[in-house]
Amino acid sequence: MRGKSNMYHLIVHLLLLAGIVIVVFPFVWMVLTSFKTNGEALHIPPTILPEQFVTQAYTEILGALPFATVYMNTIISTVITTVGQVLFCSMAAYAFARIDFPFKNIIFVLVLSVLMVPGQIFLIPQYTIVQKLGLLDTIPALFLPNLFSAFGTFLLRQFFMSLPKELEEAAVLDGCSRYQIFGQIMLPLVKPGIVALVIFTAKFAWNDFMWPLIVNTSTDKMTLGPALSTLRGQYTTQYPMQMAGAVMAVLPLIVLFFIFQKQFIEGVAQSGIKG
Amino acid sequence: MAQKSAVAARAPKKKASSWQKRDWVAAYIFIAPVTLGLLVFYIWPFFQNIWFSFNDVNKFNMSTFVGLENYIKLFSDKEVWKAFGNSLKYVVITVPAGLFLSIFIAALMNAKIRGKSIYRTLYFLPSVTMSAAVAMVWKWIYNEQMGILNTAIKAAGGSGHAWLTSPSTALYCIMLVGLWMTVGYNMIILLAGMQGISVTYYEAAALDGAGPIQQFFKITIPMLTPTIFFVLITSIISGFQVFDTIYMMIGKTNPAYDDTQTVVMLFYRQAFDYGYKGYAAAISLFIFIVIMIVTVIQLIGQKKWVNYD
Repeated sequence: MRGKSNMYHLIVHLLLLAGIVIVVFPFVWMVLTSFKTNGEALHIPPTILPEQFVTQAYTEILGALPFATVYMNTIISTVITTVGQVLFCSMAAYAFARIDFPFKNIIFVLVLSVLMVPGQIFLIPQYTIVQKLGLLDTIPALFLPNLFSAFGTFLLRQFFMSLPKELEEAAVLDGCSRYQIFGQIMLPLVKPGIVALVIFTAKFAWNDFMWPLIVNTSTDKMTLGPALSTLRGQYTTQYPMQMAGAVMAVLPLIVLFFIFQKQFIEGVAQSGIKG
Repeated sequence: MAQKSAVAARAPKKKASSWQKRDWVAAYIFIAPVTLGLLVFYIWPFFQNIWFSFNDVNKFNMSTFVGLENYIKLFSDKEVWKAFGNSLKYVVITVPAGLFLSIFIAALMNAKIRGKSIYRTLYFLPSVTMSAAVAMVWKWIYNEQMGILNTAIKAAGGSGHAWLTSPSTALYCIMLVGLWMTVGYNMIILLAGMQGISVTYYEAAALDGAGPIQQFFKITIPMLTPTIFFVLITSIISGFQVFDTIYMMIGKTNPAYDDTQTVVMLFYRQAFDYGYKGYAAAISLFIFIVIMIVTVIQLIGQKKWVNYD
């Protein structure tokens, strides 16, 4: 019996490891290529490990693109989108979950309806709005429509609704205002929800592609995704440089993921159960 | 609800109503940013997009009403049908394949094995990475002359293939990248579903002499159907949206250009490469309607196979 179960576990491990090889290989290959010289990367047949371990590709990319600026743009856009969404969504979510007010249901349905529609539907009018505001090719264009999220409002509302009513009743009797109740009592209690929203939003904003590609066309106003696409277009055969760009684009989120992996994975795992 | 009873306990009727009014004001202040933001950037644009689809919109956003012209063009445009076919192919292949793979891996992970959290972390990794960056890496792997894939095939005695530039394989290569990015993510959702199934069912089944395979098909799968349904719906919707990887992997001169152009890709090119925003708006509504129909069919069909108890 014991031997049989060991055998079973061995097979499970082998199958899982085979999958891991496929999952991890592109990352390994990306990193290895990024440390090769251009000549070595173009060598046929290719070498696996770099013959000389060089950081040339990383210095070249700084000359090819205003990479530091692009990086900064991506950080600014991600941080503002995330902070904005957490602030606005938590306020609205609290009111929808905890206060009775006229037209609440109609307004909430209106908010939810946005969730049902694929993003392309809004894209052309959003572009014309940003254009009319004279904001094309500016940093605010990157984050403006993304500050407002129906998904975030819905997510945090679920968290606010699960809190016991007695908390607020006591605060009301003590003469606290709604703003105090929200800021000092309720908001700290939905911290797990806020963490989940921060993770979803930061991931979305950092990796977003089509919107920043459309609104900002000068390289010094771009985010990483579209900047990589211009790099790919201009330096078609400079594979180490392309891979260096890719490494730098995925690294921040991978580091964040390793630090907050519990929250990342739990947030996603819950989406299937709650949704 | 909560505050009503509290207020009633605190003050006589008249005061309660003024407290309530202040409460309403507070509520409107709380919901104002999201509601106004969504109105300006999403709800109004939704209707504007419908309006655009009946117009010819030029570069300067001057629009001329053309009635149903965009829609008539859409239904007779071979490019639209070709793109629609590509999207359908993408969804019909990646959704079942992805579901099968993610259930299979989740089932393996559900065993009492060591190192589970390491596996989980690594399988999840691709879904946190930027698809545009990852697409570049895959393009390099698929490279005909210098790519590691062809090198490995040649080393094993086979002959190389122009993976991303031959119309017969390019879309499948893109599907593989899509699967690589999403399987781990869906696996996490399904694994959480599996872990939510009560042990008592398995114990009862074991007492009745059911083996692990039987238990899997008679207990795990039926109990997991709500989660499978969730993953199915979200995968179909995101399958129709695929864009980043194709944009990064298929250049304008690629011979497989037409065979990898999905509906969202076509939408993007019509709106922002060629500048036919009215026509693109009609295409975006067409995508929306297709997704709605598929989702409604799923919602009706689920009654036949999804268990909610």
